[in-house]
Amino acid sequence: MAKSSFIERHFRIIFPLPAVLFIVVMMLFPVVYTLFLSFTNWNLTSGMPLSLVGFKSYARVLREPRFLEAIGRTFSFTAIAVVVETVLGLAVALLLNREFKGKSMMKLILLLPLVATPVAIGIVWNLFFDPTIGLANYALSLFGLPRAAWVSSARSVIPSLALVDIWQWTPMIALIVLAGLAGLSQEPYESAKVDGANAFQIFRKITLPMISPTLLTAMILRTVDALKTYDIIYAMTGGGPGYSSETLNVMAYKYSFEYFRMGQSSVILVFLFLLVLAFSLGIMALRKRFEL
Amino acid sequence: MRTSATKRILFFLLMLCIAVPVLFPFLWMLSSSFKTQVDIVAWPPRIIFSPIIDNYIRVFAEQNFLRYFKNSLIVGLCAVGFSLLLGLPAAYSIARFKQKKLSVFILVARLMPGISFLMPWYIIFSRLRLMDSYVALILSHMLIALPIVVWIMSSYFESIPLEMEESAMVDGATRQKAFLSIILPIATPGIVTSITLSFIFSWNNFMFSQVLSMEKTKTLPIAVYNFVSYAEVDWGAVMAAAVAIMTPAIILTMIFQKYVVKGLTMGAVKG
Repeated sequence: MAKSSFIERHFRIIFPLPAVLFIVVMMLFPVVYTLFLSFTNWNLTSGMPLSLVGFKSYARVLREPRFLEAIGRTFSFTAIAVVVETVLGLAVALLLNREFKGKSMMKLILLLPLVATPVAIGIVWNLFFDPTIGLANYALSLFGLPRAAWVSSARSVIPSLALVDIWQWTPMIALIVLAGLAGLSQEPYESAKVDGANAFQIFRKITLPMISPTLLTAMILRTVDALKTYDIIYAMTGGGPGYSSETLNVMAYKYSFEYFRMGQSSVILVFLFLLVLAFSLGIMALRKRFEL
Repeated sequence: MRTSATKRILFFLLMLCIAVPVLFPFLWMLSSSFKTQVDIVAWPPRIIFSPIIDNYIRVFAEQNFLRYFKNSLIVGLCAVGFSLLLGLPAAYSIARFKQKKLSVFILVARLMPGISFLMPWYIIFSRLRLMDSYVALILSHMLIALPIVVWIMSSYFESIPLEMEESAMVDGATRQKAFLSIILPIATPGIVTSITLSFIFSWNNFMFSQVLSMEKTKTLPIAVYNFVSYAEVDWGAVMAAAVAIMTPAIILTMIFQKYVVKGLTMGAVKG
């Protein structure tokens, strides 16, 4: 064998180096910079140079009812969406988990919402939700129900937006669980059949425990993404009516690029960042602990 | 015999209960894009109408949509290309040397909310006079594409047996040569998966372009969004624009269906 070259001796550093440098410059540096800005009162429109103010921006944002409401909204949107998506997704996956003609067609259909442009999806749903010409109210009228305000009332806007998220992302959970189900060992099922277990017992005692690691991972992925949902909310309501659909992401966007209060928007970003990070780390720790 | 026939019909109906709600928004969007404004605002909603193509003409001829198409294409292709250039070697190294921490570091980019980088980027790119430039957009979209490439490729490389490059290295080839001439060709399916997925996610991205691009480099999602705010209630044109933006991603998905399913589900199933 020839004498190993410089590249070969330092292979494990040289090969990942460009990617790591890129991530450091484009992600790590901005995050640190945001953290720094959160301790300033910088406002891009005031023309004043930025000055360090300690935790003053934190205090201001934390006293803001709008901020606390945004946190609550982010959680409720995420909770509604992920819970419904998990239940529906699991049900769809169980139904599809058999050999039948058209299975590949069904999978293709389920893929479509996942690759559809969220902004465009939001606009199509806005047409559905339109109070006067929308199909959503037409569907209600067919059942003799009164018109609903959907995204144009503060009370129904979050569930309506969650409905769009559910439409778009339930297939994701279904496809992940379906792939997981395909990989399960058939042995326990055969012995359960011998023992005369019914379908529900088989689901409770065999399928659910075996699929739960996959299901949990799918839920984590969905939760992280739902916490950061931006496109659909911004395109459909812009955070309105009033602030009633303003999640942390949308609020941070407005503070940064509409009000240019960089110090305060950094505080919101730090919170959003910590929220996602804490959630991911917490779940990872839980998984390790219970060896899921 | 009878029960099996009933069962099959029941199953078919269940499948319809899944397929129809999923497909309906797409079908409604498609049909509305061929409707006149009068047909769209009609109550009760019209299912039968005489189709027109004026909406598409308005979108493509009057609104310069092709330019936004070109912008989205340039940004998407460059971001994916450069991400492969950076991501493939990194993924290979992560797979072969079990660099777990490194992979977590790169994947954090997938977890973090994009908006937490956007404000610093905005400030920095303004200082560098790179606002409304392809460079800024491509760099930002690489942060979408690179984690996808690393995520998919590191597990793909892991599934390739070590003997593949070892036998070449015994014959005197360097590791980088073995990577280029032996491993990469075998990894083609994984590369196709990462290209398809990362391109679709770049194509659909709204937030980064919303801040970093203006008239010159405006990408499609922004153009579609602006359409709504300018055109107010010209629903037909808006729906035509929505069809136009979704068609490429849907065609890609149809062609590479297997790869897309794999790419979207692999991480979770592996656990």
